[in-house]
Amino acid sequence: MTDLIPAVNSNDHVYGNPGAPLELVEYGDYECPFCGRAYPIVKSIQEKLGEDLKFVFRNFPLRKIHPNAYPAAIATEAAALQGKFWEMHDIIFENQRTLEPEYIFAFASRLGLDMARFQKDIQDEDLYLKARKDFESGMKSGVNRTPTFFVNGRKFNGDWSTGQLFRYLECELDRIAVEKEAMGS
Amino acid sequence: MIPIGTIAPDFTLYAAPDQKLQLSQLKGRKVILAFYPADWSPVCGSQMNLYNEMEDYFVRYDAQLLGISVDSRWCHAAYREQNDFFFPLLADFEPKGAVSKMYEAYDESTGESCRVLYIIDEEGVIIWNYLSPIDENPGADGIFRVLEHSQALKTIEL
Repeated sequence: MTDLIPAVNSNDHVYGNPGAPLELVEYGDYECPFCGRAYPIVKSIQEKLGEDLKFVFRNFPLRKIHPNAYPAAIATEAAALQGKFWEMHDIIFENQRTLEPEYIFAFASRLGLDMARFQKDIQDEDLYLKARKDFESGMKSGVNRTPTFFVNGRKFNGDWSTGQLFRYLECELDRIAVEKEAMGS
Repeated sequence: MIPIGTIAPDFTLYAAPDQKLQLSQLKGRKVILAFYPADWSPVCGSQMNLYNEMEDYFVRYDAQLLGISVDSRWCHAAYREQNDFFFPLLADFEPKGAVSKMYEAYDESTGESCRVLYIIDEEGVIIWNYLSPIDENPGADGIFRVLEHSQALKTIEL
């Protein structure tokens, strides 16, 4: 009940070293306050683990309770078409209380996106389908709240808000190192 | 929980303030019975809000989702309106918890339903059951694995 389906693939946005031994996947909702709280925690984990970590964000917008979450997800996908997925992801989480369309456009402009293209891309059906696919994959992977994290394909059931996630990743890194050593000898 | 392979016991409950629903009326479709403790539980982790995002998937498998708790029909009506749920909430209210008890999904110590899921097939047979820890949202992966699987079997039979 706890495996990531599908595994990280070319449709995903990957931050950091693609060959890293640790893979952290977050299912998140841009309007969810818990995801907002997780954002700096993930940032600090990324800083601490550096080259040992790759980070993937998948969309899991609860549209009915967070009406701005889905459009925000589309905006990140449109920004991705101009090579600015993570910049848009960050600016949205850093300004989570103002996600109405006029603000999203202001973010896009602040990031220096080609606005005519952005305006066209956010209406692209494919981007809607992509965000929906993320949601479906989360549903199948047993995501039951946001954020939900997966570490190397397995669901993390601990408390991400207390430093547990970082410690878990560290342990996982040690375990992988030991395993590698055993294989080598 | 009632074991898999058993005929799902029939019942009639209020599905809206002015409307009753009898389980056996849904024969020919799959039914997901989602027993849960109470309306108005916190939103971000809420099981019903999660299912509410999945209407198109339930439609795809021609499956009817029914939420059940011991809250009254009026409480359900307000809860449903507030959250814009696409599926009905059944009021297991009078006699209190009778259907939950029948489905072995009642917690006597709290007087609430347990967090239990059943999937009933087109012939009214229970094909899946799942008891979740009371404070844990069971998610939807189990439900959709069963729905996908039985859809695949059907395709083979055809």
